[in-house]
Amino acid sequence: MELQGIYILWLRDLKRYIRARSRIIGSLGMPIFFLAFFGMGFRRVEIPSLPQNITYIDFLAPGIVSMVVLFTSTFSGISIVWDRQFGFLREIMVAPISRTTISLGRNLGGATTALIQGLIMIALSFLIGFKPSINGLLFAFVFMFLIAVAFTGIGIAISTFMHDIHGFQIVINFFVFPIFLLSGALFPISELPKFVATLALFDPLTYGVDGMRWAMIGYSEFNPLYDLAALLIFCVTIVFVSAALFSKMEVE
Amino acid sequence: MEPIVVKNLTKTFNGFKAVDSINFTVKKGEIFGLLGPNGAGKTTTIKMLVTLLKPSSGEAKVAGYDVVKQPNMVRKNIGIVFQEPTLDLELTAKENLDFHARLYGLNKKRREERIKEVLKLVDLYDKANLQVKKFSGGMQRRLEIARGLLHFPKVLFLDEPTLGLDAQTRRKIWDYIIEMKEREDVTIILTTHYIEEADKLCDRVAIIDKGKIIALDDPENLKKMVGEDVVSLTVNDPERLIDELALEEIRKIVRIEDRLELSVVKGEIMIPRMVEIAQKVGVEVKSVSLRKPTLEDVFIHLTGREIREESGKNAFWRR
Ligand SMILES: Nc1ncnc2c1ncn2[C@@H]1O[C@H](COP(=O)(O)OP(=O)(O)O)[C@@H](O)[C@H]1O
Ligand SMILES: [Mg+2]
Repeated sequence: MELQGIYILWLRDLKRYIRARSRIIGSLGMPIFFLAFFGMGFRRVEIPSLPQNITYIDFLAPGIVSMVVLFTSTFSGISIVWDRQFGFLREIMVAPISRTTISLGRNLGGATTALIQGLIMIALSFLIGFKPSINGLLFAFVFMFLIAVAFTGIGIAISTFMHDIHGFQIVINFFVFPIFLLSGALFPISELPKFVATLALFDPLTYGVDGMRWAMIGYSEFNPLYDLAALLIFCVTIVFVSAALFSKMEVE
Repeated sequence: MEPIVVKNLTKTFNGFKAVDSINFTVKKGEIFGLLGPNGAGKTTTIKMLVTLLKPSSGEAKVAGYDVVKQPNMVRKNIGIVFQEPTLDLELTAKENLDFHARLYGLNKKRREERIKEVLKLVDLYDKANLQVKKFSGGMQRRLEIARGLLHFPKVLFLDEPTLGLDAQTRRKIWDYIIEMKEREDVTIILTTHYIEEADKLCDRVAIIDKGKIIALDDPENLKKMVGEDVVSLTVNDPERLIDELALEEIRKIVRIEDRLELSVVKGEIMIPRMVEIAQKVGVEVKSVSLRKPTLEDVFIHLTGREIREESGKNAFWRR
């Protein structure tokens, strides 16, 4: 029954995702333009810490894909706030399944939609001129999955503190964007001043972006195993923390 | 075993007693009503019974299980229709039901049969594959009632099932609830602030005001508390007239602004006498009406207030 619960929560997220076609397209607009224009604009810029043979667009694309996964999964987790607002959360909360199950189901559902968005973004970046290693995509998928699960969990955790959607803008501007900008998605973190570079080491997305980049273009700033371990630990911790917070949340 | 047993149930919000030590027992197969004005504590009571709110004190058993100690067992055995809608508007009617059926662990075969059955019960079978956001308020309500019944609950909770619906839709929902009671093996507890709803639907009604149950009986017995007839007199000097109307035949007088509500035995005989008395002491009678007591009169009789402020009838009375 608990598995059935996880499945149906996952399925619901997927159905809602597929029905919101305009949102799918809308949310991919910004990253596509980022990739296209930054790719064109910085085409000839030399970044000292970057090997000569790597073009900026190849460097950037894994970062932009990570961005898509980051945004989609965080929003997806936070969408619990909407469910609360529209009352549907109550329907879930009075069902005879555990809160942990509910949290896991939402987590998987949100992560799946984020993964799909990420894959669409990879496909689109082909069109813009990105040439990743095809074999590496499998590894990239693993990193994407971990990013997706972790940040859906973050979104769920945030939603337990947010009682209406007014705080949403704050979360985007003061949490999601800094996470993205610090992660080395747009430039190598070794280019950052020492202090900020240190800060970036505390950004879990840093390891996701680096791992993705390693998988897709064979370049990374850290050892990819190190990336994997860091991201995995973060991911597991967040899944537990978000489930615990969700279990404690009061719903009337 | 009684489906619901409530003992000294109390809920306090920051020192304010929203539900104040209430006691009642619901019998198997009946429709039990909680009737009271807005803010009386109906929803708070329901939320405690469905395990969403922890009681401050007292205890409650639903379907034989303690709401605090065995919340999961309670949840398995109840269906709930909340006061505010709780549907996923993006999903179709059938998907909403399928979601629910799986959450409650129904297997595939039972799920399909049962979804069909409950959709037919509320006449929404032909709308099964329509997104719920395209439904009218009444249709959404019907779907929620169907969903509440889906997993064969022993007890069904309906919190203000017809709130905000127009009179015609409301009557239809009543028909569905009555049909449901006849066809399904379920005990129903509903809350309402609509007099007629409590009267038409409920086998027994608990009248609740300011967190307390002030009367509990079947609607006929409750109305007998008031008397045989109710005469309502609107006058220019109600206080003066009250003093003069100390007749033996008048069981009780309640004043609401410039209106007097009098419980009497033979209304048609009392009216001319009362008008005569009014004229004799120079009180002007603006209007007179005679009716059989309703549950509203019971509430007035017990509290000196009306249940609803916004009711059409009362608005007319007040002008
Ligand atoms: N979460 C809450 N915190 C504080 N007061 C509440 C809360 N919920 C309800 N109340 C108060 O408790 C009283 C009863 O509310 P409620 O049970 O919703 O009444 P009803 O359903 O009969 O209209 C009201 O005065 C309401 O303002
Ligand atoms: Mg209420």
